[in-house]
Amino acid sequence: MTERILTARMDAHPSDSNTIARYEDTGGYQALRKALTSMAPQDVIDEVKSSNMRGRGGAGFPTGVKWGFLADASPRYLVVNCDESEPGTFNDRQLTERDPHQLLEGIIVSSYALGVDHAFVYIRGEYPKAARRLMAAVKEAESAGYLGDDILGSGFSLTVTLHLGGGAYICGEETALLNSLEGRRGEPRLKPPFPAIEGLYAKPTIVNNVESISNIPWITMNGGAAYAAIGPERSAGTKMMSISGHVKRPGNHEIVMGMTWRDFIYDLGGGIRDDKELKCWIPGGASSPWFVPSVHLDTPLTIDDVAANGSMIGAGAVVVMDETTNVVAAAHSIVRFFAHESCGQCTPCREGTSWLQDILERILSGKGRTQDLDLMLDVSDNISPGLTWPPAMTTICPLGPSATAPVASIMRWFRPEVEAMIGEKAAHV
Amino acid sequence: MSNPIAHWSPVGQERAKEVLGQYPEKRSAVMPLLYLASIEHAFVSDEAMREVAELTGITPAQVQSVASFYSMFKRESVGRYLVSVCTSISCHLLGGDQVFGAVEDASGVQHGATGDDGTFTVEHVECIGACGGAPAVQVNYELVEGVTPDKAKALIAWLKDTAPEVVLADEMQHLFGGQRSFDWGPTEAEGAVGPVPAFGPFGSAKEGR
Repeated sequence: MTERILTARMDAHPSDSNTIARYEDTGGYQALRKALTSMAPQDVIDEVKSSNMRGRGGAGFPTGVKWGFLADASPRYLVVNCDESEPGTFNDRQLTERDPHQLLEGIIVSSYALGVDHAFVYIRGEYPKAARRLMAAVKEAESAGYLGDDILGSGFSLTVTLHLGGGAYICGEETALLNSLEGRRGEPRLKPPFPAIEGLYAKPTIVNNVESISNIPWITMNGGAAYAAIGPERSAGTKMMSISGHVKRPGNHEIVMGMTWRDFIYDLGGGIRDDKELKCWIPGGASSPWFVPSVHLDTPLTIDDVAANGSMIGAGAVVVMDETTNVVAAAHSIVRFFAHESCGQCTPCREGTSWLQDILERILSGKGRTQDLDLMLDVSDNISPGLTWPPAMTTICPLGPSATAPVASIMRWFRPEVEAMIGEKAAHV
Repeated sequence: MSNPIAHWSPVGQERAKEVLGQYPEKRSAVMPLLYLASIEHAFVSDEAMREVAELTGITPAQVQSVASFYSMFKRESVGRYLVSVCTSISCHLLGGDQVFGAVEDASGVQHGATGDDGTFTVEHVECIGACGGAPAVQVNYELVEGVTPDKAKALIAWLKDTAPEVVLADEMQHLFGGQRSFDWGPTEAEGAVGPVPAFGPFGSAKEGR
């Protein structure tokens, strides 16, 4: 049996799970009624704290604790991060397109809890369907009195503004997102100050991910303790996991953490395409160091177990590679991504990511030199000294260190294969 | 004060006004206004950036610093159909590079370029959040998942031959798609007119057939 918090409605009602009629029919907006009629804002915050939910955007910081940092000044803002751009991740897209009212009710309840009267949703520009569905939900909710002035006669008012991004991955980083929302280049800010103290327009701001906020209605209805009781103690609740690459059944799965990677890849993912051998997988999006079957297949899929093995679960993006994969070409695809998406503020990232891309292209073109292997590691070490995980930082944000993860991974697990490509004449790019 | 966008379409002017009213500070409207301006001017021209600067009370240089940061603000003329092929990791693993090659061949347009007749602009792009339906393609940011090189060629031919005014994701998916990341839910009537995300406030969305 599997607990389903986020996806039960959309699976049961594929033709209309995005509409307010279906949402209300299936218990929707009851959490908002409960919060507004029988809970003080602090009561909602306490439930979120006791849920032990860790933020679903990638960093895994407890949402309730983050809320507790919000400075007591006015105005204050809630900004929802729907800039899902980590290669391998597509679960916020599903939550937004298929159950926009669940997200919206989460926004309204969270805004009530946090004392916010203007919330923003930053949606990546490449998700126009998600933006349309959420906009339709906003209009339906306004007509029904769940949004706008004096919501359900409570005296609480809220405006929700949808903001479309411009195709920059870095805006998923919360301070870059705030700069972008202010009409600036999406460059991450030095922290501190953290957004909870000085965020949007230098006002206290909470930035939460779509999946985190989508859980708020359930937590409000059922209580934090009920949420905390699901799954392992430090990986409480359910988690949306995207699986893609060389598997028979790619897609999103809402799981209770604690299962082994073997069960996740072979049962939920259906196993490897064409029954080939599993070579390696990326456990938490392009930023995360890779896992290999000889070491990690029977380790548990929890936030802490993945961290103890030197990687991260991130936003829950698993990319599976079979035995036919050219790991140098795969690493190149990821490094090119980070080189393209570097905002350019910090020299180690701006220069280092392009260097890594150039070296990998040289190896793939058959013109690699023996010293290129150590050069790649040296450049990586200059971006992220020691190549540990979590990474040591020479940069404002973790984008640069993320680009070293695929390089360190192929050199750790597949060095003979990389060496064998040195001097090869065949071009692979 | 003179109205810097008096020559815009009435709809564009109305939407610019709405967008400016959505934010506590006018500068926040820069990105949505750049989308609106690129509908009015067909791309983010120097004139467009001057207009947005005047509307938001910042300098044209500041607007340019924003426009140049984001890959979706096109600063040169774009074709009627902007075809974006994902080649990030999951699409790469399942043949995204071959799909991109097929799009280049069928359209006769190379990465980052626009064909002479103005029909196509072609680009390979980084992850568009369709990894479970890899390889994925967008036309004017409307998605098709599970595309093969042959289907990609057929998609280009179809765009050329039928020249749809409104690009609809569901229609393209039905004709040229395969594996999806997930069930998309009900069929959508709205689609994209032109190479700007089809989202109501920006005025590019329109109901199709």
